[in-house]
Formats: sequence, structure tokens, C-alpha cells
Amino acid sequence: MGKKAQKTPEQKSYQQLEQQHETKRPVLKNCLRAFWVGGLFCIVGQAISLFYIYFFNFTEQTSGNPTVATMVFIAMLLTGFGVYDRIGQYAGAGSAVPVTGFGNAVISASIEHRTEGFVLGVGGNMFKLAGSVLLFGVFSAFVIALIKTILIRWGVI
Amino acid sequence: MLPMFFWAFVVGGLICVAGQICFDIFKLTPGHTLSLFVVIGAVLDGLGLYEPLADFAGAGATIPITSFGNSLVHGAMQEAEQHGLVGVLTGMFEVTSSGISAAIVFGFIGALLFKPKG
Repeated sequence: MGKKAQKTPEQKSYQQLEQQHETKRPVLKNCLRAFWVGGLFCIVGQAISLFYIYFFNFTEQTSGNPTVATMVFIAMLLTGFGVYDRIGQYAGAGSAVPVTGFGNAVISASIEHRTEGFVLGVGGNMFKLAGSVLLFGVFSAFVIALIKTILIRWGVI
Repeated sequence: MLPMFFWAFVVGGLICVAGQICFDIFKLTPGHTLSLFVVIGAVLDGLGLYEPLADFAGAGATIPITSFGNSLVHGAMQEAEQHGLVGVLTGMFEVTSSGISAAIVFGFIGALLFKPKG
């Protein structure tokens, strides 16, 4: 997406042509698919967290941690065997938004770049896709926690 | 126990639908959407809204990527209560460490085990 003001008439007419031929995205169908696949991931996560609560003495608050780790492990297997790509094509955001999508982003990047060697390939590219999530997550959390701490110190909240 | 599964399904599914709407209607890339979701999760936890949702929906709130932002803020706030402003930095990954370390460890194992296709 460039600067719209600098487009020549030819470019504008081409853009109109492009818009005419653009396939309409089946939004409703995509949303339904994302809903049930995403929901299914969460049900699996719920089952895993109950497993940790009953057998490993985690509480409801702390069971999230091992659950996320297990989900990432599942994502590794699914990504490695090429199943996750298929799920992604079918479910769109339903496979990207759960934490398995984050796992898939890290793992698929590291598998993809292994031919460039383990140090520069896998090590250097591991967070190529997931890095933005880390950056914005950490930075926003930093700002929010900072503001909240200062407000608590001042006795505002 | 059964209502917990039901709400996990519904809430988790709805968060994914919100993601799909970002993809299809606002034409955001997955990278932009996920970054946006993490920030939303962090903001919600800053306002104290994420914990009630997690109590209500269980894994429906902890499995989507929004929980990543939530637990980053959570770790930072936990440590900040004990050590003040320095704690914001030292406690950042306290709660999220499992997700990140699992992704790194399993990513490397995955690269060792599997060969790229195509």
C-alpha cells in the first residue's frame, strides 16, 4: 500500500479492474470455521489443564503454564508432520489465534531455515514470524505495568 | 465441569472469530492481528478485566494469544508489588516463561527431527 495521491490515471483504472476481479472472501463461512476450530483448540486446552489440576496438583490459576507448554508441544508435532498448514488453510484465524499458532510460527520458521545451519539458520530465524508478537506484547505490558505501578504508588488505585 | 468446557469453546471460538474478522474485513496480516491481540490482552489485564474472563471461561481465555499479553502484565505487576518499579522489568516473563521456553525448546527439537518440505 503506497501513497494513494501519486497514482497515475492508468494505475487508478487498473486498480478498479483489480477490484472487480478480486474474489470476495466468504466472511461468514470463514468465521464459522474459525469459531469451531478455535473453540476445539480451547476444549483441548481445557482438558489438558484439568489433567494437570487433577494429577500434578496445579491450581486453576497456575495450570495455564503447563497447558500452554503442552499445547506448544502438540503444535510442534502437528507442524512437523505438515498437518498444521492444512488446519490453517481450513480454519484461518481459528488456528492462528490460539497459542498453538504462536508455537507453529516459531517451529515452522526454525524447521524452514534448518538448511542454513543451526546457528545462523535456526537460531537466527526462529522468531522471524513470532518476534512481532513478543515485541509488542512485552512493550505494551511494560508500559501498562509501569503506569499501573506508578498509579498504585500515588494511591490513585 | 461440563459448563466449563462449553464456555471455553464459546469464548475461545469468539476470540478466533474476532481474529478472522480482522483478517477478512480489516485486511490485516496474521502478524498484525496477533500483535494487536497481544496488546489488547495486555490492556484488558491492565484494566483488571482479563482475570474474570479467565475464571469464567478457563482455557477459552488462556489458550488464545491474548492471554500472552495478560500474563506478561501479570508477571510484571506481581514483581512490581514486591520490588517497585524495577520489578516491572525483572518480573516481565515470570508467568509467561513456559510458553516462550516451550516454543524455543520444541522449535529446536522440531528443527532437529523434521526436514523442511517442498
